[in-house]
Amino acid sequence: MTSVAPQKSKSGFDFSNYSRNHFLDGKGLGGFTATSTGTTIVGLIYKDGIVLGADTRATEGPIVADKNCEKIHYISDNIRCCGAGTAADTEFVTALISSNMQLHALHTGRKPRVVTAMTMLKQRLFQYQGHIGAALVLGGYDATGPQLFTVAPHGSTDKLPYVTMGSGSLAAMAVFESGWHKDMEQKEAVDLVVAAISSGIFNDLGSGSNVDVCIIKKDSTEMLRNYVMPNERAKKEQKYGFAKGTTRFTKEHIYSMIQKEDVFEVGSTAPTPAPLPAAAAGAGGEETMDTS
Amino acid sequence: MLGLQPGSSTVVPTSAPVGHRFEPYDSNGGSIAAVCGKDFCIIASDTRQSTGYSIQTRYKPKVFRLNDKATLATNGFAADAEAMVSRIRQRLEWYRHSHGRSMPLHAIARMISTILYGKRFFPYYVYNILGGLDEEGKGAVYSFDPVGSYEREFCRAAGAAQSLIQPFLDNQIMFKNQHSTPEHTVPKPGEMSLPDVLKIVMDSFTSATERHIEVGDGLEMFVVRTPPSAQGEAIGAASVDLKAMGGVEAVGGEDEQEEGAVMVIRRELKKD
Repeated sequence: MTSVAPQKSKSGFDFSNYSRNHFLDGKGLGGFTATSTGTTIVGLIYKDGIVLGADTRATEGPIVADKNCEKIHYISDNIRCCGAGTAADTEFVTALISSNMQLHALHTGRKPRVVTAMTMLKQRLFQYQGHIGAALVLGGYDATGPQLFTVAPHGSTDKLPYVTMGSGSLAAMAVFESGWHKDMEQKEAVDLVVAAISSGIFNDLGSGSNVDVCIIKKDSTEMLRNYVMPNERAKKEQKYGFAKGTTRFTKEHIYSMIQKEDVFEVGSTAPTPAPLPAAAAGAGGEETMDTS
Repeated sequence: MLGLQPGSSTVVPTSAPVGHRFEPYDSNGGSIAAVCGKDFCIIASDTRQSTGYSIQTRYKPKVFRLNDKATLATNGFAADAEAMVSRIRQRLEWYRHSHGRSMPLHAIARMISTILYGKRFFPYYVYNILGGLDEEGKGAVYSFDPVGSYEREFCRAAGAAQSLIQPFLDNQIMFKNQHSTPEHTVPKPGEMSLPDVLKIVMDSFTSATERHIEVGDGLEMFVVRTPPSAQGEAIGAASVDLKAMGGVEAVGGEDEQEEGAVMVIRRELKKD
């Protein structure tokens, strides 16, 4: 196979990586596959602001890595971001943008806006061409009112009144499509978010455990951690203690970790040593000292 | 179909041929386990059937009663499991017609092995565990791989959570990595009482449900034993009141069943 010299395409798109990827694929080095996002995250706009929701299961393949993790990340006091996808990527990209948002707020002297965070996030993610595996639901309340976005791993964004993401997004969106309407009351909105996340928890294997909720209004943000806990473990049938000595060992060595130290106050004389047993004191008479 | 890059002198295909191959297999999750005692055998499974991240059903039994002394647990590809079980059931019926009695457990085990190896180059994608009582009335577990290799054991776990359950069974049933001390003697494997084994099986599945996404929804534990009525005075496993634990008569199989020979205890598992 011969490679192609860099060539300008008339269409305006750059296809120079196409032949490279084809070449790599032939060598068995291709495989740019999408990472599955075992999560349900949602957000909606209601009468007074935004409600965000997330499940709390983290997975490594089919194994549950964390039964109660936090997926609603802090951006600023009035902005929060739910993350699905590669845990490290959602964690780090939100932490970085949170930091940059604070610097930006300090620089401008204004309350941070959600579009600013959204733009920073999408530019970052686009720069990395999807290799930062973060699928986000960004919500907040700023000078322009309640704002809600989704940011996909490649950097595309949507601005919608109700959104879902992650592997449980279809289960959650089914609930939103049947229950969402304009100008919902807060209780109604929170209940719908809980129903959407619960739908993900029970119908999507990638999602599970508890429901986290976050309510963002004009002057307040309420983080309701473990708002609903519908999956607590039942008591085990038995205790599994072992009798002492059940595990064999080949050698035993006890290290002396105690360091003895005498501490005197500055300027004072050494305190009288504890009186020795009569036999010892009698044997070494020189060692006793009269300090009276 | 071959596309050319505009202005390019070398030929680089811009579209690869798309192959539409038939995929005959699927993996349907779930887990099974079996443990035997002196005079009984427990064969258990969860009841969730899934594909990928989707639940197909929350109640699809994976354990099947074959006769008064044999129960089969299947795991892997559900369609193959179903086809296999119906073939085995038919062979057991034929055996009964020609011999006038149920096929003994060791013979069922060998038959399953040959059925599996008969499809050596297009296997049934199923892991089987056969549990029941042998011809001496002792508890027995036979485990198989998908192409027919099998062995008799005290306990076995298979399926999605095999790697979670088997080490636990090795420790609690086979007493692996446990050593006797002057104050406490480690018991021998295969001598545990029926209620104690039931507890370990229940904890195996509730724990697997906690940490494996494909395990959950429901638990079925089949108990095979010499029925209480067959003995003069109920002793051992036969003296355990399974009805009080929610046990009901297990149905299915080719024979006219005896009351209390094969019973099933059902429990709920978490549904997330």
